[in-house]
Amino acid sequence: MTTQGTDAKPQNELLNTLLDNFKIWTKKLSHPGLWITIVGVFILGYLPIADQSPEAAFANATARESTFTILMSIVLVSSLNILLGYTGYVSFGHIVFYGLGGYVGLYTIIEHQWPLWKAMAAGGAAAGVLALVLGSAILRLRGAYFALATIGINEAMRAFVSNYDPFGGAVGLSIHFRVYRETYGSYQDAFLVMYKAMLGLAIAAVVLSYLVKSSKFGLGLMAIREDEDASDIMGVIPYRSKIIAYMLSAILPGMVGVVFFFKASTIEPAAAFKLHTSIEWLVMIMLGGFGTIMGPVLGAYGYQNLRTILLTSEFFKNIQLAVAGLMLLGIILFIPAGLIGWLRRHISFTRRVLT
Amino acid sequence: MMILQVKGVSKRFGGLQALSNVTVDVPPGQILGLIGPNGAGKTTLFNVINGVYKPEEGEVIFKGKNVVGKKPYRLAHMGLSRTHQIVRPLKDLTVRENVMVGACFGSQNLSLGKAARIADEVLEFVRLRERANQLAGSLNVGQKKRLEMARSLAARPNLLLLDEVLAGLNPTEIAQMVEIVKEIRTRNTTIIMIEHVMHAVMKVSDQMLVLDFGKPIAYGTPSEIANNPKVIEAYLGDSSLADQFNAELAAKSAATAE
Repeated sequence: MTTQGTDAKPQNELLNTLLDNFKIWTKKLSHPGLWITIVGVFILGYLPIADQSPEAAFANATARESTFTILMSIVLVSSLNILLGYTGYVSFGHIVFYGLGGYVGLYTIIEHQWPLWKAMAAGGAAAGVLALVLGSAILRLRGAYFALATIGINEAMRAFVSNYDPFGGAVGLSIHFRVYRETYGSYQDAFLVMYKAMLGLAIAAVVLSYLVKSSKFGLGLMAIREDEDASDIMGVIPYRSKIIAYMLSAILPGMVGVVFFFKASTIEPAAAFKLHTSIEWLVMIMLGGFGTIMGPVLGAYGYQNLRTILLTSEFFKNIQLAVAGLMLLGIILFIPAGLIGWLRRHISFTRRVLT
Repeated sequence: MMILQVKGVSKRFGGLQALSNVTVDVPPGQILGLIGPNGAGKTTLFNVINGVYKPEEGEVIFKGKNVVGKKPYRLAHMGLSRTHQIVRPLKDLTVRENVMVGACFGSQNLSLGKAARIADEVLEFVRLRERANQLAGSLNVGQKKRLEMARSLAARPNLLLLDEVLAGLNPTEIAQMVEIVKEIRTRNTTIIMIEHVMHAVMKVSDQMLVLDFGKPIAYGTPSEIANNPKVIEAYLGDSSLADQFNAELAAKSAATAE
């Protein structure tokens, strides 16, 4: 084969693949499950801000706060699902991307007066780059070794940031309230922008996880999940695919970190790299069904609502995480496929609607 | 030109010499039967050929290129496919998706749409079409073997390594599988097959290589191999079985002649 031949072939193939993929996309994009999820997330997010009058803002304040948290969980958990659900790699330290994104975002906002969207892009990019670098090193590990390495990375990052002066060391960074007033008019207006950004990210996370799952790349990831060596022998390039999956699962959490800590107006190492939240992410994924599109969304919604109930109850408020742990145990023992997985497996017609 | 040349390959696992100085040439379009007692190094040879193991010595030339040290996926892209002795279905994917993985990531690098068409074709060919939407984990052993076969065929390989595709199958399933293997040969795919079901492998092979304790002890046509006392001793452990075996073979060829 001549050099010319090898050069020309990929271009032709690319064109053919694009054409072919176009046909598949039009077919795939008409999947009811995708639209049910998108519309569901949109309605969930839109209801608390439908009425934008100041009185409504006051009346809906609690609903907005809790929905903001649910939307945030949807992004985080759907993203993690690309790695955990599709590729089968458990990351306990995924919170590191959210923390790093938050730091980078707040730094650009404070030091360079960047607008939120630009800071989000920076936070997402930082998370993506970190995933690329880390992934290259630790994605050679498998199973429990990889999971342990991710914990180590989160702890190392927390120790590093605690001693890194540009990020404020152990004290962290704070945004002056003037920033909200000057850029958005008031904190209330700024909050609406953040809320909409989070809603946008939630829908983006659903679309991203659907696109990945229904692509050839996604098929390769699932082959890796089922049997990494066999997939290698069939021609899937495991190492490269895993790094890309890791990056894809890191970018949106990085952006979420920016929005969340912009809302909180302050960031410190203990809040940014909270290891135990990773367990809650796992509960949410497993509750709804790992490897599905709707599962993480439902899991996030269900778990966050439950958490609110637990936190406000006299008896459970201090042992809320223990309940999460027990739930995870119960799910893994009795319905390992999660709600959506269980429905799809046992009631055949749901396979056409649920995804 | 040979499609595959194995030149003086040796592979050790600690103190165990799994392969020593194995040399064999496989011309295109041929079926090479690879036999030998359990532990003779047959599967190890497959693993060396497709890049799972790196041999300490020797060369593996596939389509004119030395592929020692190349990763399994590189060999898959170059047109090498294999099945596994112990089936490895992607359990939580459907039968069709399993085959699509082979088609998507094999030598053709197909898009999903094309891969789905190829998958249905290949599933038809191995008689699994009606199971296409079932999860691969729910198949029985015979079906899983055919799924392995379908998955490797969907990659459109130039060279196919079949590792005991007949093991654990009942006589009807064996007959079906032998038909499938013959059919593949007519498509100009070169095959190396490891097999313990002698009458089947003798029937389809052009040449046979016999390994014993990692060493090649015989190479030749099926009838030469069947008459080789060294092989019979290594394989059957008893040379009196040789006559019985030859008689059986003669009876069979007489039957086909009629």
